[in-house]
Amino acid sequence: MDVELLEIRQHMGRFPPFDGLSDDLLDAIAEQVEVSYFKTGSSILALNEMLNDLCYIRSGAVEVYRSQGELYNRLGEGDIFGHFSLLRNHKVRFPAQAIEDTLIYFIPKAVFLRLCEEDEHFADFVELERPRLESAAEQQKKSNDMMVTRIRKLLTRYPVMVETSTSVQHAAQQMSEAQASALLVIKEGSDNPRYSFKDSEGQTWQMCGILTDSDFRTRVVAEGLSPQTAVGEVVSSRLITIQSDASVYEAMLTMLRSNVHHLPVLYRQRPVGVVHLSDIIRYETHSGLYLVSNIFHQSSAQGLARLAPDVSAAFVRMVQEGANSQMVGSALSTIGRSFTRRLLEMAEAELGPPPVPYCFMVNGSMARNEQSIVTDQDNALILSDEFIPEQHDDYFHALAKIVSDGLDACGYTYCKGDVMATNTQWRQPLSVWKGYFQDWMANPTPERLLHSSIFFDLDSCYGEDLYVETLQDLIADTAPKSPLFLAAMARNALNRTPPLGFFRTFVMEQDGKHNNSINLKRRGTAPMVDLVRIHALACGSKAQNSFQRLNDISKTQLLATGMSEKLSYAFEFLCMSRIRHQMIDLQEDRLPDNNIEPENVADSERHTLKDAFQVLSNAQKFLKFRYPMPAQRQGR
Amino acid sequence: MFGIRPRQKITQADWKGYMAQRAQQAKNPAIQQFFATPLPDPETPIADVPMVALDMETTGLDERRHGIVSIGVVPFTLSRIKLAERRYWVVKPPRPLDEASIAYHHITHSEIAQSPDLDVILDELLAQLAGRLVVVHFRNIERPFLNAAIKARRGEGVLFPMIDTMSLEARMHRQTLWARFRRWLGRPPVSIRMHASRERYGLPPYQGHHALVDALATAELLQAQIATHYRPETPLKDIWC
Repeated sequence: MDVELLEIRQHMGRFPPFDGLSDDLLDAIAEQVEVSYFKTGSSILALNEMLNDLCYIRSGAVEVYRSQGELYNRLGEGDIFGHFSLLRNHKVRFPAQAIEDTLIYFIPKAVFLRLCEEDEHFADFVELERPRLESAAEQQKKSNDMMVTRIRKLLTRYPVMVETSTSVQHAAQQMSEAQASALLVIKEGSDNPRYSFKDSEGQTWQMCGILTDSDFRTRVVAEGLSPQTAVGEVVSSRLITIQSDASVYEAMLTMLRSNVHHLPVLYRQRPVGVVHLSDIIRYETHSGLYLVSNIFHQSSAQGLARLAPDVSAAFVRMVQEGANSQMVGSALSTIGRSFTRRLLEMAEAELGPPPVPYCFMVNGSMARNEQSIVTDQDNALILSDEFIPEQHDDYFHALAKIVSDGLDACGYTYCKGDVMATNTQWRQPLSVWKGYFQDWMANPTPERLLHSSIFFDLDSCYGEDLYVETLQDLIADTAPKSPLFLAAMARNALNRTPPLGFFRTFVMEQDGKHNNSINLKRRGTAPMVDLVRIHALACGSKAQNSFQRLNDISKTQLLATGMSEKLSYAFEFLCMSRIRHQMIDLQEDRLPDNNIEPENVADSERHTLKDAFQVLSNAQKFLKFRYPMPAQRQGR
Repeated sequence: MFGIRPRQKITQADWKGYMAQRAQQAKNPAIQQFFATPLPDPETPIADVPMVALDMETTGLDERRHGIVSIGVVPFTLSRIKLAERRYWVVKPPRPLDEASIAYHHITHSEIAQSPDLDVILDELLAQLAGRLVVVHFRNIERPFLNAAIKARRGEGVLFPMIDTMSLEARMHRQTLWARFRRWLGRPPVSIRMHASRERYGLPPYQGHHALVDALATAELLQAQIATHYRPETPLKDIWC
């Protein structure tokens, strides 16, 4: 290689996909490069012109357009263009124009084809956007998913269930046959709606309790009971269960707190399995688990607040260990829920038992299990319909205040929009909540929904789960039939656009505060969450997590084939970029935020980020088209 | 500007006539061939002119005392600079290298010791230049050095029209009313050296003082100058000298 071309070679070697090339191939490119200068505003590639070279931007900036003239992409130093056309029929389909004085290196077609042939990475890079995004998201995924594994993953089979009238002997035989260490005792009918479920024939059953190996010892044999005794007579009425999408941590905690070794797992109200402590031990990871159990050992809000640095440490460790965004989001949500629950337990200990049943509902990222290290609190109280404000509200107001102040002390700042249980409006009986949701969906305007859309991510954190499930059912039944509601949500979802006007590196935020950065939440993950939520609402999904929502969406015809996977990869990448930058902030003793500074973004990440933003942008365009404002309401 | 002595100025003469006359008189076949290859007509639009960027590194600035150590040429047109057709030679100067110049062009004794005399590559060089408009940055080095070196070896010199990107830059920044006003105010003149000139057109900085890289840099600069101050239809005679 002639040293005289080092100038060119070294420059290209810094940018993907050239950074991965062998020296020989890099030499071959530098040897053959042709150079041309383009004044600002001049055309580099004209539509339908024959294209014989790959274009590499040595300096300057270029805009690439669709054939209809609409902006497709903005490129800067080190970017390439023209590869789509080169790979197809060699006619320019995406014309390009210099938007700054630009120096282009043209790589002749023959060299380009040789690169595609000899270097797989290069070929992947220049083909579609999707593979690049896909492989990037895949690389981020590692095997370590224990932190956030849902408890249902640990289930291997359905629970053994017997009716209350079954004899203990017969029940013991069934357990032996199934090699189960516990069985569930059920009876017909439904006294307690919380534990009632319908079987496949439509028969309603109620779960009465669980009978374990040790129960046979202590309750049957030790008591000298006859083998013919009905199981209903020996079963404990105290039933502790867990929802199938709870994390392994939560299951672990529930066991620790209640001192039980078996937990029936429910999908909504229906039992789908039983987990044993040993199942969980097998999946445990020390750090996170230790933290969560530590939360429940604290006896004061101050004690909880002292754990905040541990949360950051666990977060950094998780990212370093290669956790993906779902693991991190779920682990942080579990930690957040644990703080909330512990505070509620403390509040109940201080204030006495609640006068009427309630459910502490979480909204926003915690409900979606997508919490990040930078988060505020969004929550609400759903009270029993027996609630009488004059008699009971003092209690719940005090309860809400204890939780809210406690969370703030632990680093979950007060909600700026006042979506907190301390707000009377969001501390209401179930019937009022139903009314809220019905009203939002029946009489939507984008302005109203802008402030209430946070409630469309909702999950139970503590108390009567059924209340939240009722609301989830209501939404899933009503939303798909409410085009105006979907249209209004869609319109709001388009308020925040991805920073696609990449200018050399990135388009910067205009807020004056972060002049040299992009807010990855505002411009990336949040619009993506909004977008996914609307499709999920449209297809009646009850999932709250964006990835699960996408999964549900992919089962419908709502999006083009492969689109939900593409969105999923893009979302994962955006989340991970945000998470990684927060990790860097923490490691360097800065207050973590949602902003990324372009100089901290590796070139390879920069390109994938752009792809991800592009996917989001395209999906937003589809949203507008898919959920139009119904004509009769437009004039309002 | 570089502290060089004033020398005989070669003015824009009747290049066509001069070339034809030299083709008649030349005795050396390579030189004869060079002059016999017609140059584009002075009226040719610059977009249609085949060009070649030329740069050389020398042991000093005086062609009577110093020698050429390397030559880089890159053929190009207004639309494409063809690196694949580049040529680059290191040659042995007739006089020994002076240490100060090594620091400048980074070509070492041993590299030069193994190199041929200019005479060996001269036919090739002339063939590369023939029929193309030579583009340099500061013609008052390249022109006299080439002329003197060829005269020393073949008994007759070689002169030809050139496009000088530095003098084009001077037209924009040294000869305008604004430039005179600046001078009158005592402001330092705008730099028309390679690096500063390129910067004005948004061209990237290159590691200078390598004949081939400088030739490439010169070709890019000319493309930028034409794109900025002229038009593709501008006739050659407005630019050459």
